[in-house]
Amino acid sequence: MKIHEFQAKQILRKFGVKTPKGEVAETPAKAREIAERIGPKVVVKAQIHAGGRGKGGGVKLAQTPEEAETLASRIIGMNLVTHQTGPEGKRVKRVLVEEALDIDRELYVGIVIDRSREEPVFMASSEGGVEIEKVAAETPELIFKQYINPAVGFQSFQARQLAFKLGLEGTTFKQAVKFFSALYKAFQSSDASLAEINPLLITKQGDVLALDAKMNFDDNALPRHPDIQEMRDLDEEDPLEVEASEFNLNYIKLDGDVGCMVNGAGLAMATMDIIKYSGGTPANFLDVGGGVSEEAVKNAFRILVSDADVKAALVNIFGGIVRCDMVASGIVKAAKELDLKIPIVVRLEGTNVDLGKQILEESGLEFYPAAGMAEAAEKVVPLTKL
Amino acid sequence: MSILIDGKTRVVVQGITGSEGTFHTGKMQEYGSNVVAGVTPGKGGQSHLNIPVFNTVEEAVRMEGANAAAVFVPPFFAADAIMEAAEAGVELVVCITEGLPTFDMIKVKQFLSSKSCRLIGPNTPGVISPGKCKIGIMPGHIHTPGSIGIISRSGTLTYEAVQQVSLQGYGQSTAIGIGGDPIVGLKYIDLLKLFKADPDTDAVVLIGEIGGSAEEEAAEFIKTEFPKPVVAFIAGQTAPPGRRMGHAGAIIAGGKGTAKEKMAALEHAGVLVAKSPSEMGIKIKEALS
Repeated sequence: MKIHEFQAKQILRKFGVKTPKGEVAETPAKAREIAERIGPKVVVKAQIHAGGRGKGGGVKLAQTPEEAETLASRIIGMNLVTHQTGPEGKRVKRVLVEEALDIDRELYVGIVIDRSREEPVFMASSEGGVEIEKVAAETPELIFKQYINPAVGFQSFQARQLAFKLGLEGTTFKQAVKFFSALYKAFQSSDASLAEINPLLITKQGDVLALDAKMNFDDNALPRHPDIQEMRDLDEEDPLEVEASEFNLNYIKLDGDVGCMVNGAGLAMATMDIIKYSGGTPANFLDVGGGVSEEAVKNAFRILVSDADVKAALVNIFGGIVRCDMVASGIVKAAKELDLKIPIVVRLEGTNVDLGKQILEESGLEFYPAAGMAEAAEKVVPLTKL
Repeated sequence: MSILIDGKTRVVVQGITGSEGTFHTGKMQEYGSNVVAGVTPGKGGQSHLNIPVFNTVEEAVRMEGANAAAVFVPPFFAADAIMEAAEAGVELVVCITEGLPTFDMIKVKQFLSSKSCRLIGPNTPGVISPGKCKIGIMPGHIHTPGSIGIISRSGTLTYEAVQQVSLQGYGQSTAIGIGGDPIVGLKYIDLLKLFKADPDTDAVVLIGEIGGSAEEEAAEFIKTEFPKPVVAFIAGQTAPPGRRMGHAGAIIAGGKGTAKEKMAALEHAGVLVAKSPSEMGIKIKEALS
């Protein structure tokens, strides 16, 4: 799960990570009021989940509270387009108003789980304010790493080593060591999958603060963090995806026109691949899961056809524990109750497959049966072009 | 022969009295797996599906000689269950449960590093050596005994591979789902080592997906250390970056973990890579002729 910058900073402050003074505003008047208290000079920052907000015009410096109000009135409600939002952009609902600080240096620190080493890794770089993937690709020698032994956690010597590598000295060095340790504590205690401070700010006075903050969380661990779970912003997600998640369906909307309904994540991805291989484009990823019921099949179809781009559907079920006859009845029911107009190619395999096929045949509805994945894909692609 | 499990495997089911545990224990018995014990703390002394239930795995090992465990307990209790089985001396733990937090798995792996216990999963359909034993939730009837080893991060896509291989006239020595999470127990390389040593496995189907670098690491190993033919398919060639495709581990992050990179690494290692998921069976035939 992703959260907003202001929410990430709330969490980080709880663990002793220093951030600029700031508050969130949903109206221009509130932005002015905050600026009057913490300003006069403030930065007004659009709060959306995507990165690249500054380049898209969503981050502005205000010299006075009046200017903060004017800027906030422009940013709140704007459609912010960045390289991460896609061309349609994201509507801004609120801004973070923060004290403006005198910047001396911008650094980078971040923590992720290294999947191959199976432990967290703390990364630091002198190259702040740019995308770390770019630094990693072009100048990997400028990224310093410390792997964290999960049994003992992040040690002070590791924080010192990183701070020395970044060339920090004196009180800045001391503050950075404290900052790094607090950041790891926040990461670990909240079951984060990413904690990224980019840029990490060194002020002219030598203070160390999180100028920006990004945190992502391990979805599997969220039930043990109800406070973080509450930070989920449904407006940042695709409405169809939100609806699907309420039915325990794993749905991701894509750009194509072949709707897919599959059991199992791997088979669902493979189905998308074979559609592409046969010259079509998948409209979605949809995994109905292992414990799929008739009801789930119906809900899945409802979500599939709510996407106006879908011109034909491909059902690919490999029944194991799931019985094909049950899936077939679900499809027939969905087709009748939802009055489905699009052509549906059905590939059933596995447990009770013959019974399943019989149910489809006897329904009196028109389905396009297919014997294997390849045949199913080859049948569905021309149907989108009718 | 087979790897990991065979006719002599004695299975203890952790969480046997739960609904999932009950259902799948029945299916495992039907298949012929020798389920010798169950564990549900507080229900020791009872009998469930004619199987003795114990309070602890230690008792199940001592009283019934269990040497493999199937874990069906809820996600927040699964790490504890795996460690209990390992501590009790169980040689193989198969964790079916989906939804374990990553930090729990990091701790589990740390704990297991000083034990001789092997872990499969979590978030896996399990392991099957056809005709001998199955520990997991896969449909037993689609499998036939034979000479192809199958290793996969996915469930139903493994069934697909099994069926395709069977249609070409080959059976399976052992089929293993290693699990769809970012951090899992045994990985491709651990299993390739076992298949290498198994005289009855002639070739291996390796099914990967986007995310992480386990397939690239496997390719490195295959290139220098694995003499038998390998066929591979990587799911998610059309997956958009930054989105989690169902499995917790299936995500292209920071431009890394794409299907393209994985396919190139495997091809470079001499693996026959199927571009379409419908070509896994044909490629096995090609590899063995």
